[in-house]
Amino acid sequence: MTMPGHNLPILDARKPHVHTKGDQPINIACEKHSVAGSVSQRACVFCGSRVVLYPIADAVHLVHGPIGCAAYTWDIRGSLSSGPELHRLSFSTDLREKDVIYGGEKKLEQALDELIAQYSPKAAFVYSTCIVGLIGDDVEAVCRKLTEAKGIPVIPVHSEGFKGTKKDGYHAACAAMFSLVGTGDTAGIKPHSINILGEFNLAGEAWMIRRYYERMGVQVVSTITGDGRIDDIRRSHGATLNVVQCSGSMMPLAKMMQEQYGIPFIRVSYFGVEDVANALYDVASHFKDQAITHNAQQIVRAELEGLLPALTRFRNDLTGKRAAIYTGGAFKAFSLVRALRKLGMQTVVAGSQTGGREDYEQLRNLCDDGAIIVDDTNPVELARFVQERQVDLLIGGVKERPIAYKLGIAFCDHNHERKIALAGFEGMLNFAKEVHGSVTSPVWRFAPYRHATEASNQRGIA
Amino acid sequence: MSAPKPTPVFSATTNACKACTPLGACLAFRGVEGCVPFLHGSQGCSTYIRRYMIGHYREPIDIASSNFSESSAIFGGGENFCTGIENVIAQYDPSVIGVATTCLAETIGDDMNLMMHEYRAAHPDTSVPIVHVSTPSYTGTHAEGFHAAVRALADQLAEGGPREPRCVNLMPGMVSPADIRHLRELCEVFDIQPTILPDYSDTLDGGSWREYHRIPEGGTSLAAIRAMGRAAGSIEFTSVCDESATAAPLLSERFDVTAHRLDLPIGIDATDQFCQTLSQISGRATPKRLAAERARLIDAYIDGHKYLSGTTAALYGEEDLVVGLTRFCCEIGITPVLCASGGNSGNFETSIRHISELTGNTQVIANADFAEIEAAITDNKPDLMIGYTRGYAVSRRLDIPLVRVGFPVSDRIGAARLLHVGYRGTQQLFDRIVNTLIEAKQDASPVGYMTM
Repeated sequence: MTMPGHNLPILDARKPHVHTKGDQPINIACEKHSVAGSVSQRACVFCGSRVVLYPIADAVHLVHGPIGCAAYTWDIRGSLSSGPELHRLSFSTDLREKDVIYGGEKKLEQALDELIAQYSPKAAFVYSTCIVGLIGDDVEAVCRKLTEAKGIPVIPVHSEGFKGTKKDGYHAACAAMFSLVGTGDTAGIKPHSINILGEFNLAGEAWMIRRYYERMGVQVVSTITGDGRIDDIRRSHGATLNVVQCSGSMMPLAKMMQEQYGIPFIRVSYFGVEDVANALYDVASHFKDQAITHNAQQIVRAELEGLLPALTRFRNDLTGKRAAIYTGGAFKAFSLVRALRKLGMQTVVAGSQTGGREDYEQLRNLCDDGAIIVDDTNPVELARFVQERQVDLLIGGVKERPIAYKLGIAFCDHNHERKIALAGFEGMLNFAKEVHGSVTSPVWRFAPYRHATEASNQRGIA
Repeated sequence: MSAPKPTPVFSATTNACKACTPLGACLAFRGVEGCVPFLHGSQGCSTYIRRYMIGHYREPIDIASSNFSESSAIFGGGENFCTGIENVIAQYDPSVIGVATTCLAETIGDDMNLMMHEYRAAHPDTSVPIVHVSTPSYTGTHAEGFHAAVRALADQLAEGGPREPRCVNLMPGMVSPADIRHLRELCEVFDIQPTILPDYSDTLDGGSWREYHRIPEGGTSLAAIRAMGRAAGSIEFTSVCDESATAAPLLSERFDVTAHRLDLPIGIDATDQFCQTLSQISGRATPKRLAAERARLIDAYIDGHKYLSGTTAALYGEEDLVVGLTRFCCEIGITPVLCASGGNSGNFETSIRHISELTGNTQVIANADFAEIEAAITDNKPDLMIGYTRGYAVSRRLDIPLVRVGFPVSDRIGAARLLHVGYRGTQQLFDRIVNTLIEAKQDASPVGYMTM
């Protein structure tokens, strides 16, 4: 009998992107343009820029191009704002054939003029889409002109879809934000102060994280970009430390700020008990301040006192279950492997869209022998891996969800669209509930795939 | 917490009431058996469109991409196209590939015929048909992309030959999988063998699997599409599309297959027309079973008419759907105060005004966005909104109940199973509309009546 899933092929060009943990060291292909026709789960440069800048709530986000790019990114993230919500409106120049022939600059200029007059934003971001570069619109010039005329920063985002990968979109977004950094007043910023980078305030997560740091006695100058404000970004160079979550998206900004303003950064993750505790401890140890360290310990202790017993119930049901993880950035995957382990679960497939060589090495080290590590995978491969490794749970985004569901496999949405806070200590409890709720659902007993695999497992044992 | 109210501006589209042409093409291709949709352009287009469609159908939707890089944008996408097609064949073993060109490929002027020719020359052993449709997203909407792909399939695959008197081509437009299933049933009660193009009733609304299928089972078979040139007639549901944009006129011109262009069969009048057409083609009278369904629907109209009396609604979505809904609303006593679509075929307003029962001050907006839709109904709030999920923000701000119809319905489960067409579909839609109004009235009442 063939192994389940083995009828699903892996393209030759894709094989170097797949590694199975065993005796061999990892030598995985990654950080490459996706293989044409492979049905990558990645999006494009524009997507990278759009998701990163999206939560800035007091700016106009104008997508310069035909309608699709704006239509598919309208209200896409569960990023909450404590004030203005301009980010939840979708603006597009909606280019038509005549604009493509005669150029879209006039329309862009007029659209900016009208939108800025209408909404009085603190800034405007203009996203270039694929065809903008081709038709030769001078977006920079239009932005300069409007900046002068309107007295607010009108910032071009060089996010033409085909000019690289999603990661290049992160760079373009960071470059756009960096043009703001250093233009605001830093009065009132204390020595023990941070910017929270790469936290997008999905379901209010940035607020939770912010509270932890404030309870520690650390001033939070800005959250970039969750619950983001233009004025906060402008003065963010006044902070003395950048705390960066999310492996890819905000590192360019942290590096630019280090270079230009000498602000050091540390990388953290807020997912999972150990990771969120470390995120607090690492900040405390950076400041070498006894009170801050003490407060961090107090917070972690108090939070764990409530959390750990609550997790036990879920752990009892989940112990021994197997999981597959597919994330955008690899950094989140690390946290998830650890968080699943906390719930008694083993990660047998782990991959990401944008991980680098070191990321995959670390991922390999975290996982047990036999685990499949994969870069920039696709539905057919994922379907193969989840069957081959007989997983009980898939963690991913909405694009991965049907792969799990068609096979009767549990699913947890850990992507940027989710509406449930999974970060911080409270988030760990939510995560456990999410995973548990799906894995232990009574509906799986009707799923034919589960019948088939359970029957063949029993035969194997006999 | 609620998103802010937008104000329409002249030069920008705010909260679009449409999606782009390649999406429609991908949806149509998804309804062809063994077909993998393929977007020639940037990687993001396929991923975004997949995401958007999965939100509605909740099924795997694999769309390949030739994944342009900077050099493909400069030197042309030929190499990426070839590699992409090779990989799709290797990974999916498809029986057909549906290629749609995005704005990027269209703008650089990639010659698709040449590329397909070159591909075939380099792969003489590969017989997988490749159908191409041109869908630059700066022209039209997803609805135009959908029709263009259907026409391209007929154009590039249909063949002539001896007539098959029981076969009828049915091009229903962007209806739901449940609608497609019901349309098949309706044809079959007239003893007609329909070739429904596309047929995503299984591919986008399938059962739970025993093992993973790279391409979900179902869809219009290649053989059936080839046979479309031999059918006894073609029926397509559209009121707004030009004849040059859809499949039936093409089949008529090339193979002399009589084209019947009808409104979407929502409501009694429109369904009657559809059934009469089926009856005319098949030479069979309307069977008893259908007559009973029709009678039940009339009975329901009467049971519900008081709840509808004097009510108003705002309708929005694809042009053809809005025309169908407008006609239906007029039939049951709801006054449409606004008929809006992001589409801009040029025929929308004419088609709406053509509905003879339409009275009162109905505002018609083509090329609309949700900022305009909201502005149009803010001061004169209708009792109801009927349209797809993206109108929810308006419905929430203005506190107008929303009946979800169209694409996408991404905030409810079961979008694929929503039935709108035929007497039975009309019945379900009618019940949903009336119950939504009753529920709103009941909830708003301080008394808490248990009979309504």
